[in-house]
Amino acid sequence: MAYDLLEEYLRVERLPHVWCPGCGHGVITHALACAMAELRLDPDRTAVIGGIGCSGRAAFLFDMDAMHTTHGRAIVFATGLKLVRPQLTVILTLGDGDAVGIGGNHFIHACRRNLDLTAIIYNNSIYGQTGGQVAPTTPPHKKSTTSPYGNLEYPFDIAQLAIAAGATYVARTTSFDFRDMVKFIKRGILHKGFAVIEVLTHCPTYYGRLNEMRDPYEMLHRLKEHTVPLEEWEQLSAEERADKIVVGELHCQERPEFVESYYALITRMQSQQVKGDGN
Amino acid sequence: MREPELVQGNEACARGALYAGCRFFAGYPITPSSEIMEYLAREMPKVGGICLQMEDEIASISAVIGASWGGAKAMTATSGPGFSLMQESIGYAAITETPCVIVDAQRWSPSTGQPTKAAQGDVMQARWGTHGDHPIIVLTASWVREVFEMTVHAFNFAEKYRVPVILLLDEVLAHLRENVILPEPGELEVISRQRPERLEDFQPFANEMMLNFGEGGHIMVTGMAHDEMGFPTQGQKAAEQLKRIVSKIERRAEELALYRAHYLDDAEAVIISYGITSRAVEAAVELMRAQGLAVGFLDLKTLWPFPEKLIRSWTEGVQYVLVPELNLGQLVREVERAVGGRAPVEHLGRVDGYLITPQEICQRVQERLGVNHGVRSS
Repeated sequence: MAYDLLEEYLRVERLPHVWCPGCGHGVITHALACAMAELRLDPDRTAVIGGIGCSGRAAFLFDMDAMHTTHGRAIVFATGLKLVRPQLTVILTLGDGDAVGIGGNHFIHACRRNLDLTAIIYNNSIYGQTGGQVAPTTPPHKKSTTSPYGNLEYPFDIAQLAIAAGATYVARTTSFDFRDMVKFIKRGILHKGFAVIEVLTHCPTYYGRLNEMRDPYEMLHRLKEHTVPLEEWEQLSAEERADKIVVGELHCQERPEFVESYYALITRMQSQQVKGDGN
Repeated sequence: MREPELVQGNEACARGALYAGCRFFAGYPITPSSEIMEYLAREMPKVGGICLQMEDEIASISAVIGASWGGAKAMTATSGPGFSLMQESIGYAAITETPCVIVDAQRWSPSTGQPTKAAQGDVMQARWGTHGDHPIIVLTASWVREVFEMTVHAFNFAEKYRVPVILLLDEVLAHLRENVILPEPGELEVISRQRPERLEDFQPFANEMMLNFGEGGHIMVTGMAHDEMGFPTQGQKAAEQLKRIVSKIERRAEELALYRAHYLDDAEAVIISYGITSRAVEAAVELMRAQGLAVGFLDLKTLWPFPEKLIRSWTEGVQYVLVPELNLGQLVREVERAVGGRAPVEHLGRVDGYLITPQEICQRVQERLGVNHGVRSS
């Protein structure tokens, strides 16, 4: 691990971070910094684009060009940036509400478009920054400040949504699995196309407190208990899968990447013009 | 001598954007602005630029802001419903001092309204559509060639002052085809954002200097109240920064005021208008001058910052001010405020989807000036 390199990627003067004690967001952000360090990314050629919410605050911690955008729109800000600066490695730090609530439309279209962006989704199953409201990722029957009698809705499975919408690299892990986080983020960054790394994480302050899991360690432990690696998942019966979530590298495919496709079009149009001018 | 060519308003806008150096466009189809995106989809790749159809207008303006921070001159175009969707991110562009151009080809509104009927109902939304105090520049145009010129001005202002600039067109002008000779390269000034000379002590949110992403500046951009380095702040510093970004535009109201003034020196009545309506006003004033009536007009190209001093000085000592607009009364209130009771200010509005005619204007002015005879329309 290239821990000694972390200072190159983080604005250490802005630590400690603003997240609650026991929150998983710091761990995910740490994993992202480690992934950057292990890949020896050039901070001058890397940008972090965050949305609004607890996860969006990660953007302030990276010592590189960074943008804290409007709620749900980080992906489209990044789309504009990446298209005009293809040499930049652009990484998104999104929350679950950001990615599949208010920004759901942008999310599925980004998957379809397949731009070379890496989206890390901090999925804590709740709206944390605004005080613990129900999210499109809150499991059924769970309580929040706006589902005080239990959630009547059913959640998105973000990884499956990404795969169905056309994302070309999709992995899921938890804030418990630090090494997998680093590994999947690295692979997502190296992958040419839209990469989604969903990290299931814990919000002891709201989700935990409202659902009788106040202890951050207990929440973290539950994430471990309720997730099953892909290899094991494939051996499980439907009944055994019922209260489990599959984690691992769920999807990887090659498909033309949009920025490359657009620049190929530019090259083609410009060479045609040169030919045309010559005639 | 160059031959005139038949050009549509929307096409003039797209060509003006390319002339100004626009190399990123993102939009979503909407009547009556779609031809801008269609033109740029064909032409952008040829000049090494990017034209992208997004999933909605929120995505369009957001991609434009991202592209602008990437260093591209960037634009989007829409109409009322899409313009409303863009408002949150326009505020983001304002507070983050992001140069960008937003074209709104106005149509009869609110809501879906009448997509193929012209209106001038977005004047106040253009100024105050996003929440909170913020800087904005709003331009408009009346002729096809002027659409081209104002698009170039819009980019120049955006780049020079690091501010979102809105260009208000309308359905008729957007779809109108006129015989025009468009500016040649070098004929109009083209301004680009100013880079700081030194990176070491550069403060990205202290003035109009701008460093793009990917240039080693490690710039932090946020829509939160921020200090000169781009990090969240509050209290007095937040107040100072807000006042700075608002005043950088407001205090330049005079130099930003683009307009045409005619027959004003001896005018007893002044007609103040903008956009498509100015064409009828000009025709009406010519008709009335032919009758010997002392009528002049002020055709505003810059609506915001509102050219208050200009209005005040041109209406000094006049007996009557008329403000025709395709709405139920928007800019007229600003004019009233500027005139400050020194002359009666009247509104001539029309919202049936048709344009105000020279005859309507003549009739109103003649009535108010106590002239009995009508004006022949031929």
